[in-house]
Amino acid sequence: MSIFFQQLINGFFIGSVYGLFAIGYTLVFGVLDILNLAHAAIFTLGGLSALWLTTTAGLSPWEAFPLATLFSGVLGLVLYRVAFAPLRRRADSNLSGLISSIAMAIVFESAAMGIFGARTVRFPEGMFPNRVWHFGSIILTSLQLEIVVVALALMVVLTAWLKHTRTGKAVRAVAESENTARLLGINVERIVSETFFVSSALGGAAGILYGLYFDALAPNMGHSIELKGLAVIILGGMGSIPGAILGGIAFGLSEVFTVELTGMSNLRDAVAFTVLLLILILKPSGLLGRGRVREA
Amino acid sequence: MSEFFAVYGSLINFVGINALLALSLYVPLSAGQLSLGNAAFAAIGAYGSAILTMRFNVPFPLAIAAGACLSAAVAMAIGTPVLRIRGIFLAMATLAFGEVVRIVAVNLAITGGAEGLIGIPNKTTALIIYGTVAATAYFLAVLGGSRIGWSFASVREDETAAMVMGINTTRYKNGSFVLGAFIAGIAGALYAHLNFIITPGEFGFSAEVQLLIYNIVGGTRSVLGPILGAFIITVLPEVLRGVGVTAGPLRMGVNGVILLLVILYLPNGLSSLFGQKR
Repeated sequence: MSIFFQQLINGFFIGSVYGLFAIGYTLVFGVLDILNLAHAAIFTLGGLSALWLTTTAGLSPWEAFPLATLFSGVLGLVLYRVAFAPLRRRADSNLSGLISSIAMAIVFESAAMGIFGARTVRFPEGMFPNRVWHFGSIILTSLQLEIVVVALALMVVLTAWLKHTRTGKAVRAVAESENTARLLGINVERIVSETFFVSSALGGAAGILYGLYFDALAPNMGHSIELKGLAVIILGGMGSIPGAILGGIAFGLSEVFTVELTGMSNLRDAVAFTVLLLILILKPSGLLGRGRVREA
Repeated sequence: MSEFFAVYGSLINFVGINALLALSLYVPLSAGQLSLGNAAFAAIGAYGSAILTMRFNVPFPLAIAAGACLSAAVAMAIGTPVLRIRGIFLAMATLAFGEVVRIVAVNLAITGGAEGLIGIPNKTTALIIYGTVAATAYFLAVLGGSRIGWSFASVREDETAAMVMGINTTRYKNGSFVLGAFIAGIAGALYAHLNFIITPGEFGFSAEVQLLIYNIVGGTRSVLGPILGAFIITVLPEVLRGVGVTAGPLRMGVNGVILLLVILYLPNGLSSLFGQKR
């Protein structure tokens, strides 16, 4: 029974990082109907730049992590300017946007490899005083707790931002209908840019937390989370923020319990992707989706 | 000449295999179906044929045909439910299918697990590869000018309008998907018998994206586009190495820049620079 609880906790922790990654993904999809496949590359660069700031630049984590998060947001602005803005008027902009985001992902990833090298690196040991608590046989570390607190706090801030601030309301208006939003005097270009900034900043933050959780950072670390993030946002419903959070945690739990129940770590993603395929076929709007699937 | 082939032989072979893979994606794309599952179909063809030649001593041509048919059969089975989904959602569903195939290959004993299959007999020659590419390209070019090809194009341009005009869109979408899977199966089988070893990782997400890049860079308005795209993207790293660019990340980054420039400025691909479309 204690193994069950331990796995529940582990799944919840990693799931909260998946959720944080996925809300950035789903935010852009909700607003622009574009699948931004460069999100995982920004996730990687967020983690690696945080590492650079703590080691080479010698900043403390409290300075480095917010800076790296901001840097990821700026990368998001660059991404939007270069890869998405020029395509906005095109009729097939969501498919060509998908492809230009792949192009930017390749450019970002090769930049990461050129700057940081191809090998796996980690945050310096003892950067955080990592305390370990034992509750009976259940182990909980302060790092895990900090990761989940940061992830959940960012999610709460994002939700509040979307719900209550003027900009957040404008973002939702643009997501609902770009033309109506423009008629109402909303500066759509600016809102879309800000959406990219916020989405990418969250992606970068997820990269930092992921690097801390697994104690490993590499230029190709985005590959595995790219598809997991897709699974999460489809599970939760494209464009739905609560769906992305719940989907992330569900995905984290399904990973650890698949391994626990079958004893085969190779099967880790099998359940999730089978479920993903089935959801797309049976109920493409996802569990908490907006109830419509737009055509390409 | 023989010296040239000794140095660049494997590159020449891979250009051909990649061209064939690019053509396999070209078929569903020509019917407007953005499938990201063709690397998985290539995996089915590769594993199917390699298991037949290694375990059961099946003759090579028969193994290729069987691998391709297996791949087409799987496409037929998943085609009807999956192709009801459109656009980006179809891309994601086929990606998920690809992941499922990869996970199955990692977990089955007969596919050799994560290490893959090792010691596949080397039977593919450049002649076989280029013969297949030429035959496939010719077949697809003829198909493109036929009633079927025009039906594909009408589904791509406007599915609803095509349906109103009495075209059985489901049948043509499924047909393009199955034909693409068949060609991918052949390419996979040829690759397996060229490369001595196949692993599940080679047929993952990166491979799916690579096939799409060939088609976008070359263009999908004629059969020459995907072949051109596969040629450029496969040969370019070697050319760059030749002119002194040795840094791996830089060579990879160039692919990204080319893809970006093409999608921004040449939406119909590099082949649209030469002559009229179709």
